[in-house]
Amino acid sequence: MQDFTLPQIFTNLLLATRWTIVLSAIAFVGGGFVGFLVMLMRISPNKFIRYPSMLYVEFFQGTPLLMQLFLTFFGLSVILDWNLSPWTAAAIALTTYSSAFLSDIWRGSVEAIPKGQWEASTALGLNYVRQLQRVILPQAVKMSIPPTVGFAVQVIKGTSLASVIGFVELTRSATAISNVTFQPFLIFTIAAIIYFCLCFPLSLLSKRLEHQFAYRT
Amino acid sequence: MDYTLQFSVVWNNIGLFIQGVLLTLQLAITSISFGLILGILGALGRTSDNRLFNGISIAYVEFIRNTPFLIQLFFFFFGLPSIGLRLSPWQAAVIALAINFGAYSTEIVRAGIEGIRKGQIEAGLALGFKKLQIFRHIVLIPALGNIYPALVSQIVIAILFTSVVSQISAEELTFVGNYLQSRTFRSFEVYLAIALIYVGIVWLIKAIAFLIQKRFFAFMQYTR
Repeated sequence: MQDFTLPQIFTNLLLATRWTIVLSAIAFVGGGFVGFLVMLMRISPNKFIRYPSMLYVEFFQGTPLLMQLFLTFFGLSVILDWNLSPWTAAAIALTTYSSAFLSDIWRGSVEAIPKGQWEASTALGLNYVRQLQRVILPQAVKMSIPPTVGFAVQVIKGTSLASVIGFVELTRSATAISNVTFQPFLIFTIAAIIYFCLCFPLSLLSKRLEHQFAYRT
Repeated sequence: MDYTLQFSVVWNNIGLFIQGVLLTLQLAITSISFGLILGILGALGRTSDNRLFNGISIAYVEFIRNTPFLIQLFFFFFGLPSIGLRLSPWQAAVIALAINFGAYSTEIVRAGIEGIRKGQIEAGLALGFKKLQIFRHIVLIPALGNIYPALVSQIVIAILFTSVVSQISAEELTFVGNYLQSRTFRSFEVYLAIALIYVGIVWLIKAIAFLIQKRFFAFMQYTR
């Protein structure tokens, strides 16, 4: 039995916050890559490419993130006979989760581009790839920045669920410390404040960007 | 790959699954109802001229929206007993879900309130509408129509969030999954079945929402 002083609790929680940040970054960047591909599939004129991506998004948006973590952690280990570490499982599950939501956000921005832009670029003789690259995506990216930043907040909050499969990050270490110190009220309050300090600036940024873009266009 | 899938564990325990679905729906309906009341109160505070109410409402919304639900849940279930307020898993789950949903719906309801323009009410007066008619046709129904899509997607998110309360052993669908998984070790089959059930619930809610929208808010597409 060990007694923790307040500074010790705080340091330990902050140390664990590193892993929350690392996992969020992996999920966000990985989710961005996969999400971009899914978005490309989703806007494809070919329905055999489009339908699988719709199914993908529907599945990940229609099931709880916790269930996706369980499916990856328990399910994949059994099926593929890999012994997934909580690290790998959390990274995979959060990446697929982020990719589904990001692809949906970005698809929305692409579809918000007026049809005239497609027609004009066709008239200029650009092929599909060039159209996307030179005309459509540059405009869509601008529009999608505020909601994408906003989604980063969801990813950070989502990483707290990785604690359930044994990934040691902020929530997990808060639980562990409160089990030892019997001060759950204090410790979960501190943990909540740390999460708030991570998420609130991003929320503010997202809101500010949204206003900026709203006035400019 | 020498693992063979056996979904018999799902068929053999179908009763448990049905019970889980019913508990999840019960939990969702209770907490969303309370949450909506909180959301309306929050929105009234957010739009009021009173700086105190306004401040409380902003603090509530921002703090809840920028912290993970799991932490909020642990705070209510593990944190509150240490200051003398003991809650059962079910009570803690309902309170945490309601407070969470309240914060998100505050912003949605606020947008609805702010979306009603004064000119429309004046137009109603000029056309000789009675007060109650103005409230019904010009304020309430268009406001509901405005916030309806956002509210439905928030409700879907709230239903998916109920799975998290299995972590404080409140009994619902995910709890059933954890229980079966620990007894049968058929984790993939059990969790896949449960994931698909959630998809089914979400589709059902979306279908109902679509029918309601067609019945009550079909005129909305002409108002903009």
